Amino acid sequence: MKFFKNKGVQSLLASLICIVLGVLVGFIVLLLMNAEGAGTAITNLLKNFFFYPGADARMKYFGTTLVKTAPLLMCALSILFAYKTGLFNIGTAGQYCIGICACLFGALYLKLPWYLCLLMAVAAGALLGTIVGFLKAYCNVNEVISGIMLNWISLYITNSVLMNVKESTSPYTLKIMATNNSALLPKLGGVNKFFGDNQYITIAVPIAIAIAVLVWILLEKTKFGYELKATGFNKNAAKYAGMTEKRNMIVTLIIAGALAGLGASFYYLTGIEQWEVTATSVPGMGFNGIAATFLGALNPIGTIFSSYFLQHITDGGTHINNMLYGSQIAGLISAVIIYLCGFVLFVKHAMSKLAIRGEENKDVRFEPIKTKADDKLEHAIKDENAKEDGKAVQEGGDK
Amino acid sequence: MEQNKADNTPYVIEMLHITKEFPGIKANDDITLQLKKGEIHALLGENGAGKSTLMSVLFGMYQPEKGEIRKNGKVVQIKDPNDATDLGIGMVHQHFKLVECFSVLDNIILGVEPNTAGFLKKSEARKKVLELSEHYGLQVDPDAKIEDITVGMQQRTEILKMLYRDNEILIFDEPTAVLTPQEITELMQIMRNLKAEGKSILFISHKLNEIMAVADRCSVLRKGKYIGTVETAKTTVEELSAMMVGRNVNFHVDKKEAEVGDVVLKVRDVTVASKVHKNNAVKNVSFDVHAGEILCIAGIDGNGQTEFVHGLTGLEPLVSGKIEMCGKDITKLSIRKRSTMGMSHIPEDRHKHGLVLDYTLEDNLVLQRYFEREFTNAAGFLRRGNIRKYSERLIEQYDIRSGQGPITIARAMSGGNQQKAIVAREIDKDPELLVAVQPTRGLDVGAIEHIHKALVAKRDAGKAVLLISLELDEVMDVPDRIIVMYEGEIVGELDPKKTTQEELGLYMSGAKRDEVKVQ
Repeated sequence: MKFFKNKGVQSLLASLICIVLGVLVGFIVLLLMNAEGAGTAITNLLKNFFFYPGADARMKYFGTTLVKTAPLLMCALSILFAYKTGLFNIGTAGQYCIGICACLFGALYLKLPWYLCLLMAVAAGALLGTIVGFLKAYCNVNEVISGIMLNWISLYITNSVLMNVKESTSPYTLKIMATNNSALLPKLGGVNKFFGDNQYITIAVPIAIAIAVLVWILLEKTKFGYELKATGFNKNAAKYAGMTEKRNMIVTLIIAGALAGLGASFYYLTGIEQWEVTATSVPGMGFNGIAATFLGALNPIGTIFSSYFLQHITDGGTHINNMLYGSQIAGLISAVIIYLCGFVLFVKHAMSKLAIRGEENKDVRFEPIKTKADDKLEHAIKDENAKEDGKAVQEGGDK
Repeated sequence: MEQNKADNTPYVIEMLHITKEFPGIKANDDITLQLKKGEIHALLGENGAGKSTLMSVLFGMYQPEKGEIRKNGKVVQIKDPNDATDLGIGMVHQHFKLVECFSVLDNIILGVEPNTAGFLKKSEARKKVLELSEHYGLQVDPDAKIEDITVGMQQRTEILKMLYRDNEILIFDEPTAVLTPQEITELMQIMRNLKAEGKSILFISHKLNEIMAVADRCSVLRKGKYIGTVETAKTTVEELSAMMVGRNVNFHVDKKEAEVGDVVLKVRDVTVASKVHKNNAVKNVSFDVHAGEILCIAGIDGNGQTEFVHGLTGLEPLVSGKIEMCGKDITKLSIRKRSTMGMSHIPEDRHKHGLVLDYTLEDNLVLQRYFEREFTNAAGFLRRGNIRKYSERLIEQYDIRSGQGPITIARAMSGGNQQKAIVAREIDKDPELLVAVQPTRGLDVGAIEHIHKALVAKRDAGKAVLLISLELDEVMDVPDRIIVMYEGEIVGELDPKKTTQEELGLYMSGAKRDEVKVQ
């Protein structure tokens, strides 16, 4: 039972339960739509790259999933970081989007090398975060409201700016490979070979993981993290203790925005995807990041794995047979699973309640740590009881 | 059984052998509480003794592991607060549960509005409320809004709420904490009236004098255990307190003559805005606090003390005025700067300001010092080892009790121990000026004695102490000087050795005022 009382174990179990629940509900949806192919469809989804017969192809598509995991992880970290300070950064989606705008503009229009494009994306995301932070700290504007509005603003800014670098015959932006090779993120040589010559694998993947670890260290080990979390838990107490809670809020959102912007460059500077300038919504990456954050139990390290899992099933969804199911099914099923993954906190709460009830039934007692005063008190009670007992005996004798 | 032989009044509510456990603590351990019909029964105990837990069990908010509850001799199941209401149990909470912008009448009928097909029939309700108010001597203005009436009238509204619902068993949770001496006398009379009408009253308190004055019997809890039930007519204050704390308590604060030194805090014409209304909450307040003295700002809750302290400590800006500490102008300095210059602040609201409840005890104990080199290295990393050592010392020295020591989450600690943690943190900072706002609120006599001693020790060490208190006993006993705040102004300066509680009450209620001059 002690094992289940461990917070880490509870988090892990809660996440796993959510995954199982999500897959189950997804399977039921498939069954309802077309019972015949449901079994194959759900296995294909879970298999993702194992769907391919050849080892090389498998590794190549595994690599692709990793490439897409990097930006998702960054978005998840963006949300997590703000969440620790008590802010819900729904603006991650917009910060990611403006990051795309900045890095592609740098790469395709200004023809800058990759590291400058990357910095532009970081700066753009951070700028958007700053706006939300200032509005929150000084005008008390709810960060969710301003975040959502900025999501739309950044979408249309992105569309109109990237209009300048689009292919003449399509709504897509120019290919980086053909326009400015120096803007592509450095590849990893031997590692690319290992992943079946997947050219999109770059330094982005290891850096994203390193950043997750850095975020963990920052939050758990430093004075800055101590202040940020204190502000998140109780901003009044943070203020009382002399922390500059307004500045902390703004700094948090700047960092969160920078992480999202960096995520955008981690993806678009690989050349794997072109931006469609007629897009009518911001990329889902920022929103999927919310699910990844909670599925990762609000832990930066956990987020690495949850981001991978979510990307795994999103990619796996494309292997569902389009003949049996509509073409949106892949998105639908992964969305169902992602949605249920958001219930992690709920499941965790239910579990800790169960664990406590289990304790009660077994009548396990937890002794509070005793202090000297407690001992004295206990002696005093014993003495009193002894006296009373003595009296009772005497009285009994009298009768 | 003995009680029944002596007096045949039947029990209306019996809680028999109630046991309720939480992880790490047995909050109620085989507790028996028997309430007779038509009696006032006091429930006495330290903080963390299990009073609240026991009442939560009675209200169906917790299910006990063992024991049973009987009403009129029949076993009843109370699964949630609705069951309790159906059984005629009502409660006046320590912090009133009233809708501020609703009228008294609206608050009373809230949830049980008389209506026909959804249309309110207020006239009917008004008639019943007026009858009840007349009958029990509970004067209220049914049309006044809650935010405009006195705390005493708010409390009468709460009592009318219970009576309107025909509750037979009335629970008062520390009802006198917010009242003036005059209002307390009134409340006592109301309780006696209610008793005369056959209502049964459970009176939760740790103010022994009040219990002696109004209660028929008193049950005492200590550390989750049932200690005993005594008839107040046959006991003394000393006996009760010994039962509650487990040892004899020194009520009087022993202190030697104050050795007053230089001015440490100089407050001049300080005006602070109110957060709730347009007028200023604090108006042109001036006074000095010297090294080696305890100055107490007395007053009824809500007369500007909170706002003044916020202005003094930097939580809110001043409208005008000047504050000097140790000869330096601190009017515009940040909270952190004031703190490092030697100001400590035990805040009024320990949950809102005093603690990060989701942090561990050790993290809370360094809340004012985490940035010092001892706890953070040059690179900005926390020095966990030092934090642990420091917190272990404070826990030992200030007797802070918790389930898991330094790593206990503050939220899981009892209110009294949370307060001890704050007091330990603020006093151990070794401040020049200690601002203590209701430092003993909600604490038991044992802990109060401990904190009062700590305040006096600071004074004797030549530091300045500014105490803001609502507790009359504390105001009379602890300080060397008293100033009274009424509606944001200082209306009098008194010498605790020469004044009486009655005189203090007159100043506090605005009936009396002097011109107070500071050089």
